[in-house]
Order: sequence, then structure tokens, then C-alpha cells
Amino acid sequence: MSDATEHRTPVELKGLSANDPHLQAAAKNPKTVEHVVAFLFTVGLLSEAGFGAAYWVNAKPWIIGATFGFGLLVMGFGLVAWGKYLMPRGPFVEERHVLANAPEDRDAFAASIVERGGAVVQRRKMLVGLLGGGLGIFGIVSLFPALRSLGPVPKDTLDTTDWKKGTFAVDQTGRRVSAGDLAIGSIVTVFPEGLENTDRGQAVDQTVLIRISNENYTTQKGRETWGPAGYIAYSKVCTHLGCPVGLYEQQLQLLVCPCHQSMFNATNGAIPEFGPAPRPLPQLPLYIDAEGYIRSQKGYDQAVGPGFWERS
Amino acid sequence: MSDAATYKRAKRRALGPYGKVGQMLDDLDDRLGVAKGGRTFMDKIFPDHWSFMLGEIALYSFVILLITGVFLCFYYVPSSALVTYHGSYLPLDGQRVTEAFDSTVNISFAVRGGLLMRQMHHWACDIFVGAIVVHMARVFFTGAFRKPRELNWTVGLTLLILAIGNGFLGYSLPDDLVSGTGIRIAYSIMLSIPFVGTYLAFFIFGGNFPGSATIPRFFILHVLILPLVIIGLVGAHLFLLVRQKHTQFKGEGRTEHNVVGSPMFPVFMAKTTGFFFLVTGVTALLAAFAQINPIWQFGQYTASRISYAVQPDWYMGFLDGALRVFPSWSFHSFGHTIPWEVFIPAVVFPGLVFNVAYLWPLIERKVTGDNEIHHLLDRPRDRPKHTAFGVAVLALMGMLFIASSTDVIANLFRLPLNQVLLAMRILVIASPFVAYPIAYKICKELQGFHGAGKRKTPNLVTRTAEGAYVAASTPAYHDDAPPELEPEPVPTFIEPEPEERAESGVRTVER
Repeated sequence: MSDATEHRTPVELKGLSANDPHLQAAAKNPKTVEHVVAFLFTVGLLSEAGFGAAYWVNAKPWIIGATFGFGLLVMGFGLVAWGKYLMPRGPFVEERHVLANAPEDRDAFAASIVERGGAVVQRRKMLVGLLGGGLGIFGIVSLFPALRSLGPVPKDTLDTTDWKKGTFAVDQTGRRVSAGDLAIGSIVTVFPEGLENTDRGQAVDQTVLIRISNENYTTQKGRETWGPAGYIAYSKVCTHLGCPVGLYEQQLQLLVCPCHQSMFNATNGAIPEFGPAPRPLPQLPLYIDAEGYIRSQKGYDQAVGPGFWERS
Repeated sequence: MSDAATYKRAKRRALGPYGKVGQMLDDLDDRLGVAKGGRTFMDKIFPDHWSFMLGEIALYSFVILLITGVFLCFYYVPSSALVTYHGSYLPLDGQRVTEAFDSTVNISFAVRGGLLMRQMHHWACDIFVGAIVVHMARVFFTGAFRKPRELNWTVGLTLLILAIGNGFLGYSLPDDLVSGTGIRIAYSIMLSIPFVGTYLAFFIFGGNFPGSATIPRFFILHVLILPLVIIGLVGAHLFLLVRQKHTQFKGEGRTEHNVVGSPMFPVFMAKTTGFFFLVTGVTALLAAFAQINPIWQFGQYTASRISYAVQPDWYMGFLDGALRVFPSWSFHSFGHTIPWEVFIPAVVFPGLVFNVAYLWPLIERKVTGDNEIHHLLDRPRDRPKHTAFGVAVLALMGMLFIASSTDVIANLFRLPLNQVLLAMRILVIASPFVAYPIAYKICKELQGFHGAGKRKTPNLVTRTAEGAYVAASTPAYHDDAPPELEPEPVPTFIEPEPEERAESGVRTVER
């Protein structure tokens, strides 16, 4: 502590005793406001005590939240009222100083950078060029490991699925789906056997299997054998943004994506009839083997899911 | 005088004129030299206007986010490893879930006060982004972004983008069905970028969807990296605010060269602390009574499952709406695909909006040729074209937001979905062109309307001695407003200190 303390006299406080209107409370009846604020603070105090008690006895979350929130709310009202009605009402004014400096200071600042720096740079142009080049190369090159280490390159993982020739279609539980399992007009989500619980099986290979009333239905020209016994299968990944096309409108035979309402005509090659999806859902060619199980003739003939640059 | 009083007085004298507090301040000043700056700060003037509270709402909801977020961090497990749920929420018992989902359900049901904290965190996030948007609208419409505050406009806009981004990341962490669908959509949006999209998506998510690293990466971004950047930028935002001082509306005694209002201590401090309590109280009450994001009802995310009416948090609504109304135009040729139906509404459009917003101070300076320094705010009506442009943009964004619930609207009003979509397409395109002239006209009308916001006074009709009637408007009600006071210069409380300290043995150095 400095020994200046003893020599100091209190600074004159202006206006406190005088009737300076700036320093009066804004309220017409400060006593009333004071009572109101005191009441609010008391209520807030009790409510916060209630919050502590509610937490202590592990009351329901809404009781904990209500006592806590209500207490803070009334305390907040009280504090704002105190500041607004009982403190000096002002208005007070503060000068705004010009931020810009005098021209000579600005010139001195600019000179110290431009002239001193300029002299150095002009004399050593080659060094500056090499430094800039070096830092630039370093910046670009250091991006490669920073990015490349983050993940694998795409290769063909976006173009292929795990449906191969003769893959068994299984449901969510891993049970093989056979021809008699589905009632006419119903659907089931199927996966390649063994992948029903994997990320890739769920996200990429998911396929919707529909049974319609027509036997050996041809959804499009060239797909005559793809839908045996009324079983047709489409990729379940929406061609718009990849949501699962999870709804089937049985009457209209439309597959609907709940995310952005793209609708695909199940009986006509899953051509999009409505919404933002640009492409039909790829169809999976099926056959029914001797034991009645539903299997894929081959994989999808194109990439499933949303569009991307490399998609041919 | 009693002995006790004498003793007290003697003690006070020993402590110096300001007692213990003064002594503490002296000690502080001996070590840090804060007296001058501290006094300037205590005397800092805050203009009194309700619209200046909008930024405070944003600041305080961010504080709530930090506090509740730290609490959640203690219990949340950022892992997508599968476990079997055996918690207190029986409908989920025995299900295979990720540790992220498991721990979030446990926060909701097993941790005392956990559900409240989760809901406060989510509500505070929605309020945070909302307050930023409304605060930005205030700054835009009143012209507060003009020279010298262009940089702070840029900082604020960056804060908005970071808030939206961090909100999305946090929303994704519970790994529930709805948020997982959101990540799926974000992944597909990234894929849609020509040339680099697939690589970008693979690097960010660590492979093909759902990726191997999504939850841990989102976690570290959400709880450490983005909050640090946000805290830094909030600091910069406030530093610039103090350095450049507040703007203020025109009025009695207010000029380009002063700030009129209440001092930091005690008036503003009392009000703003109270306001912090109010924001926290409202957030807590919302969390107590309004359920938000009940992930135990949605269930664990599985890529092949989906539910009806999947909606993102409100601040993502405009993006979802844009994706819904944009037609299915896809380019497909030369062995390549450009998914315009995703790329334009979800990448080009928001990019355009935010870039125009970033450049707006420059654009407006070019258009108006106004390179002056502005500290006084404009009333929106006084710059009708500017205001109408802002209203048009807000109308467009609002319409896109509404378009994000086409399915809910169709269901609610029993309308065919395709008619709702068609109507929304028309409304989205038409809204800015309709909103602009309406806002312009309203501004022009208001300009000619003096005394707006004041009580109308009756006409006073007087009969003269000759029998003629004379009508005159009566003066304004005297109780409408307190008598106008000329602002009192700060420091009001303290006279300038006499320059005596050099005598006391402390060496002063001319700086």
C-alpha cells in the first residue's frame, strides 16, 4: 500500500445533496417501487430456496426447472426495476472522441512501415520472393496430409453395393425372405445376407421389397425377368438426398420419401412422379430359387442414392 | 459521541477516504494500474433503447449454452460403439444403441437435473441463433453497420454462421433417428458439390456414409473448437463495441459527437444483470414446461429407418425449404453428374445470401456514395429503399422457412401435397417482389406521419367574442414523457481529481 492514502481528501460528489434532477430516481413514488422490488427479491429468494429443496429431494424435472426459472425471473424483474426506477435517471452524456489520429501521426505510422519496409524489401527482392514461395509451397503442401489423413478416398465405394449374383435377401433380423412371406401389397426392407447389422448394409445396401398382385410384372422394358411372382425390389436410398424411402402408398403404388416428399412410381420403374428427386430408384433384379428364397440376379446396374460428380 | 463511533471514525480515517473498498482498489492499482481505465469503464455510457437488448439476449444465451454445455459434457460419451440399453427408460430396454445415444438418454432420465440441463441447452441454442438474427436485422435496418462499424458487422455475421454450424453439430450428437437423418442430408449436400464433393464428404466424415468418425469429430468441433472461435469473436465484437462506442438514435441532446444514456455503474450494470436473470429464467421455464427433442421417442439412428415429419431446428428451416421447392433439375452427361437440385438450393443459394451480407457495407457504400462516419442511427422509414430491400430478403427467407413444412401444412389443412408445393414455389418467388413495394410504401407513409407513437391530442374549439369558432390542436399531454433533460456530462459523480499525487513520494513518469 502506498502511503498516499493519508494525504488524500475525499473527492467531492456533486449533486447528491442538491436537487439535480439527473440524479433523482426515475420513479414518481420511489418508496412504492422499493417495496415492489423488495417483494420481488423475497419471492425470488424463496423460489430459489425451493429450487434447492426440489433438487435435494430429486423432484420431477419440471419442478426443479420451474422453481429455478421462476426465481431468476422475478429477481431479474426486481433488479431491472431497481436500475430503471430507483437509480439516477440521467440522461448522462459522454463525449465521443474521434478515433482517427492527426495526419502527422498517420504519416509517421505509414512511413515507418512503407519506407523502412520498402527499403528492406527492395534491396532483397530475391530473398522476399524465395521466402514467399517457400511459405506458399509449405502452406499448400501441408494441406495434403491435413486433409488426406482425415479419411479414405472415395474410389468406387459410392458406385457399388454388396448385392452380388445370388445374394440372399434377408430382413432386419437376418432371416432369409422367401416367396410366401409377404402379403400382396405389403413391403419389407431387405439387406444382403450377413450385412443386415452393418453400417454399410444399413446405409448403402438397404433395399425395399414390394409384393404386387401381378405375377411376373415388368416394371420397364428390358426388365422382364426382374420381378418374379410379383416381387419387385428397389434401392431404399432416395436419389435426392439419401433418406430412406420409407413410406409405401399402397393404393397408388407410390414409394414416398418422408424427408422432402419425393414420390416414386413403384409399378413404372420407380420413376419420380413428384418432388425434388431427379432419378428413378435403381431396381434390383430378383429371382426365386428352388427352395423359394428371394435372391438377386446380380447387383444394381448403377450407383444408388444421391447424385455426385463422378457418377456416370 | 460514543466511543464506538469515535473508534469507527478513527479506523475509517486510517483506511483512507474510501474505506476498505478504496484500499482494495488502491492495492489493485499499485499492481495493475487500473484506476484510470476502470473509471472510464465505470463511466461508459449505454444508450437506453429496447432494441439494444437484442444483442444482450444473444450474449446471455451463449453464456447459458457454455454453462449447461459443460454440465452435459460430464455425462455425454462421444462414441458410436454399440451397447445394450439397460437404463431407467423401460421402452428402450434391451435395444442395441450407440454409447452416444445411451449416454444422452441417461442424461435425460438418470442424471439429476440432467433433462432440465439438456432442454435448457437446446432452448438456449434456438434463442441464441434467433437473437442473433433479430439483432442483425436491427443493425441492418437502422444503418448501424456503416462506417466505422463494417468490421463488426463482419464479425457478427461470422458469429451467426458459426452459431448455426455449431447448433447443427450439437443437434447431431445424440445420434437419434431425427438427427441422424439430418447428418445423412448434410452428407448428401456435400456430395453434390462438383469436382470435390465426394472427397470433401469422405474426408470430413471419414468414409462413405455413415462414416467411421462422425460422432467423435462432431463432438470435438462442437465442444472445443467452434466454442473457442465463438468466444474469441464475441470478445472481438465487444472490444470493437467499446472502442468505437455505441450508436444511438437521434433525439434530445444527441449528436454525432456524444453518447447519451446511462452509465455502466450502477445503472446499466443493475439492468443488464437483471436482464441476464430474465433470459436465464425464461430459458429455464421453457426447459421446464416445453419439451424439446425427446430423443427417447425417436430411438437410435439406423440408416434404413425414418419417421414422418422430420424437421430440423428452426435455423436450418430455410435450407430445408429451399431443397423442397427447388425443381428436380439434374445435369447428367459426359460421364458426370451435377446434382443441381441439391447444389443450387443448399450450396449456391446460402453461399450467395451470406456473401451478399458480408459485402453489404461495401455494396451500400458503392450505391449511395456515402463514405461518412455515422454514429447516429436512422429510423428505418427514413431510408425506404434500404428498408424495403431488407424486408424483401426477410420475406424470402421466411417463405423458405414455411416451405420446410409442406407435408405438415398439407396434412393439417387436408390439402393435396402437390398443390401445397406449387403454392409454396409461387410464394417463395413472389414474396420478395411483393414485400419490397409494400415495405417501401409503408416507409413513405410513415415519413409523412409526424408524432408517430405519441398520444393524439384533441382539437380545441374556441368560440370568440364575435361568435366565430376557431379550432386549434392542443399541446401534447404533459404526462406523456418526463420533462426533457439536457444530458449531464459524465463524470457526474466525481470531480476531476487534483494532481497532487506526485508529492506523496511516488515517482511519476511523463508518458
